[in-house]
Amino acid sequence: MVSLSWYLIFAAALFSIGLYGVLARKNAIAILMGIELMLNAVNINLVAFWRYGDLANIAGQAFAVIVFAVAAAEVAVGLALVISLYRRRNTVAADEINLMKW
Amino acid sequence: MSGLEIIFLIVAGVTLLASLFVVTTPNLVHAALWLILALFGVAAAFVLLNAAFLAVVQVLVYIGAIAVLMIFAIMLTRRVMKDSGPQTNANWVWAALLGLLLFAGLTFVLINSGAEQASLPALALDADPIAQLGQELVSPNAYVIPFELASVLLLAAMIGAIVVAWKK
Repeated sequence: MVSLSWYLIFAAALFSIGLYGVLARKNAIAILMGIELMLNAVNINLVAFWRYGDLANIAGQAFAVIVFAVAAAEVAVGLALVISLYRRRNTVAADEINLMKW
Repeated sequence: MSGLEIIFLIVAGVTLLASLFVVTTPNLVHAALWLILALFGVAAAFVLLNAAFLAVVQVLVYIGAIAVLMIFAIMLTRRVMKDSGPQTNANWVWAALLGLLLFAGLTFVLINSGAEQASLPALALDADPIAQLGQELVSPNAYVIPFELASVLLLAAMIGAIVVAWKK
């Protein structure tokens, strides 16, 4: 039997890989990809807890749907910012976007 | 080892390998293609968890919309980030260490948490999780407020994206 902890460890590994992508990547779009991986790991956790918990309580799936909506909103605004930034500053490298850095 | 366990291990292995390529490949278009494979693997994990609706939405929204949108953005901003040269910043060693530490810590906690013993409840033959999910998402006694909030958030984000990317 595939136990709950297998899914949780799988999600933890996916989250850690996403975290590495967010922290280490230079390109702003690659950072957004890392955030997508992290959101997916969260969704796996939510659905796994629904499946291994009380099946009549659908909260895990309901919140996974809401995470989908938030991920779509995040990526739409994020990519719009990247495009706008590219037009104004001609760069998408996160470490060159330091105008507001103290 | 049962068949389901082998299928889970294959799905998890392919997903993790693809996501490793997403964060390490220098070529961003290739990274986006690996991202599609990783998202597909997550959809397969949803199927293994009997969440068929979420698996379909995963393919539709993530692969159909988000990944394609990312490829568009990569193509539009291609010239500035050439495939040559390092794609990681100076702190990538610390980032890798932090990721490994987080994974080790989470695994340690999960192994000691008793999640191993959680039993898998049998899915009743007449149970319909999709119908239940649909009803609870619009039921005033359940999740209608988070659902409507998510809709408003999505609308606001779409308008915001148009305004931000508008050519002045």
